[in-house]
Amino acid sequence: MIIETSGLRKSFRSRQGREKKTVEAVRGVDLRVDEGEIFGFLGPNGAGKTTTLRMLATLIVPDGGAATVAGVDLMRDPGEVRRRIGYVAQGGSTWDDSTAREELVLQARLYGIGKSVALERAARALDAFQLSEYADRKCKTYSGGQRRRVDIALGIIHEPRVVFLDEPTTGLDPQSRAHMWDEIRRLRTEGMTVFITTHYLEEADALCDRIAIMDNGEVVAEGTPAALKREISHDVITIGLNGATAEAATLLDSVAFVSRLEKLDTGDGLRLFVDDGATAMPQVLRELERNGVTLKSIELHRPSLDDVFLTKTGRSLREK
Amino acid sequence: MKFFRDTWLIFARQMQLLLRNPVWVFVGVFQPVMYLLLFAPLLKPALSPLGVTSDAEAYQVFVPGLLVLLAIFGGLFQGFGLIAELRAGVIERSRVTPVSRFALLLGRSLRDVVSLIAQAGIITILALFFDLRVFIGDLLLAYLMLALIALMTSSVSYGVALAVKSEDALAPLMNTVAQPVLLLSGILLPLQFAPGWLEDVAKWNPFSWAVDGTRALFAGDIGNDRVWQGLLIVSVLTVLSVWWAAREFARSVR
Repeated sequence: MIIETSGLRKSFRSRQGREKKTVEAVRGVDLRVDEGEIFGFLGPNGAGKTTTLRMLATLIVPDGGAATVAGVDLMRDPGEVRRRIGYVAQGGSTWDDSTAREELVLQARLYGIGKSVALERAARALDAFQLSEYADRKCKTYSGGQRRRVDIALGIIHEPRVVFLDEPTTGLDPQSRAHMWDEIRRLRTEGMTVFITTHYLEEADALCDRIAIMDNGEVVAEGTPAALKREISHDVITIGLNGATAEAATLLDSVAFVSRLEKLDTGDGLRLFVDDGATAMPQVLRELERNGVTLKSIELHRPSLDDVFLTKTGRSLREK
Repeated sequence: MKFFRDTWLIFARQMQLLLRNPVWVFVGVFQPVMYLLLFAPLLKPALSPLGVTSDAEAYQVFVPGLLVLLAIFGGLFQGFGLIAELRAGVIERSRVTPVSRFALLLGRSLRDVVSLIAQAGIITILALFFDLRVFIGDLLLAYLMLALIALMTSSVSYGVALAVKSEDALAPLMNTVAQPVLLLSGILLPLQFAPGWLEDVAKWNPFSWAVDGTRALFAGDIGNDRVWQGLLIVSVLTVLSVWWAAREFARSVR
C-alpha cells in the first residue's frame, strides 16, 4: 500500500457577492493505492479530484482525516512526503523563455541534487521522453504534447516512488494522448506508482489498473474498470424483429442466462440483460432460429464506465 | 547552507532569463535618459532660488531623485513577473520541491536589485557627460540606499502579487501606492519649495528621507544627518517588507 487515506476532508470558503458560503470540496475520502499500479481518479470537473490530489501532494492542508503517502504520515511530515513524490499540475509548469534542459536541471537542483548529476538526469529524461531534439529550444516553440511531456519529465526528475499527474492528457490531440499513455505506462514499468486524475472515460478504462469514481467530493465506487462495469450493470443484447415480438419474448424469458427482458418502445424488438453478452449472443440466435423466429438485427452493448457513473450518481459523465 | 544554495539557484535562473532578453536594459534606461535630456534642462532655472547656477549642480539634485524613483517604481512593478510565473505554473512547480520558500522570494528580489544597480550605473555614467561629478565612495553608499529600496519595493510587490494573484488588481494597487509616494518624496522638485504643511506631510514619507540622503551623498555631503537617517529608515523598512513578503511566500507556497 503506497497511498492510504481515511476520511480526508477539505472545504473552502468562497464569497458570492455578499454571501459567504462554505464549499465542501472533499467530504471524507478513503483510498488505497497499491505500489506499482496506475490509479485513476475519474469524475466530472469540480468533483474534488484535484483538491484530493493536491492534499496528497502536500500543496493544501486537509481539514481532517489521515493519509499515508509513500510510507510517510502526510499530516506529521509533509516535507518528507514532498521529497518522495512527484507532482505534475494541470495547467503546465514550464516557462516560455527557458529550454527543457534548463528547466529539468533547475528542477533537479531544487530537489537538492548536485549539478553534474542533475545534468545527467536531465539528459536521460530528455532521451526517455523523446525530447532530445528540442532540448535546447525555448519551451514556447514546443507543441502541446511536447510541452506536456516536459511537465511529466519535470515531475519525475528526482525519481520519486509515486507521481501524481493532474489531468495529464487534457487538451491534447488523440495522437499526443496515445503517446502520453505510452509514457505513463513506461513509468509503471519502471516501478513507479502513478496516480492520475481524468474526466475521460476512455482514459480511465484503457490506462488505469484501478480507478476510483469521484462525484461531489466523495468516492462513489472503487475497483478495476472491468470489475466496476461487471458489478454495476449487465451486458445488454438488443434484438430487432419483424413481428413475433411477443412470441420471442416468451421464448427468451424462460432461458436461464437472461436475467431480465424488456420490449423496445418501438414494439419491434427486445432488450435482454445478460451477464456475459459474448457467450449469450450465439445462444440467443440458436434459440430463436430453432423456434422459427427470424431476426432483423442483433446488437451487443457492454457497459461502459459511463454506465457505472450513471448508476452511482444518477447522471451521465458525458453530458457534462 | 541550503538556504544560500537555493537562493543562488533561483537568482541564477532569474538572471539568466533577464540576460536572455536584453530589451529590458533599453527599456529601463530609455525613460530615465528622456528625463535627463528633456526634463533636467528645465531644472537649472527652476532651481535657481536654491542657489543652483550650473548644469552640474542641477544634475546633482536631479539624478539622485531620478535613481530613487527608478528603484521605487522598478521594484513595485516586479510583481507582474511573478503573476506571469504563477500563471505558467512555475511557482506551483517550485512548491512541490523542498526548496526554501524564503529563497524563492530572495532569489527574485536580488535579481531586481542587480538589474536596478545596472540601470543606475548606466544612468550615472551618462550623467557624467552632463558634468555631474560625484565621489566614488559617496556613490557606492548611494547605491546601497538604492539597493535597499529596490529590495523593499520588489518584496512588497511580490507579497502583494501572491495575495491578489491578478494583474488587474496589482496595477491599480501599485499605482495608488506609488503616486503619493512619488509626489511626497521631492523626487521631481526638492521639497524646499513646498509650503509648510506639505513639507510636514512629506516628513512621514520614508522615501523623502531616502531622497534627501541620496542627494546629500551626490552633493558630497556624507556627514549630513540625512544620510544615516535615510539609510536607517530604509533599512528598517526593508527588513520589515522582506519579512512580510517571506511570510506570504511561506504561507501560499507551503
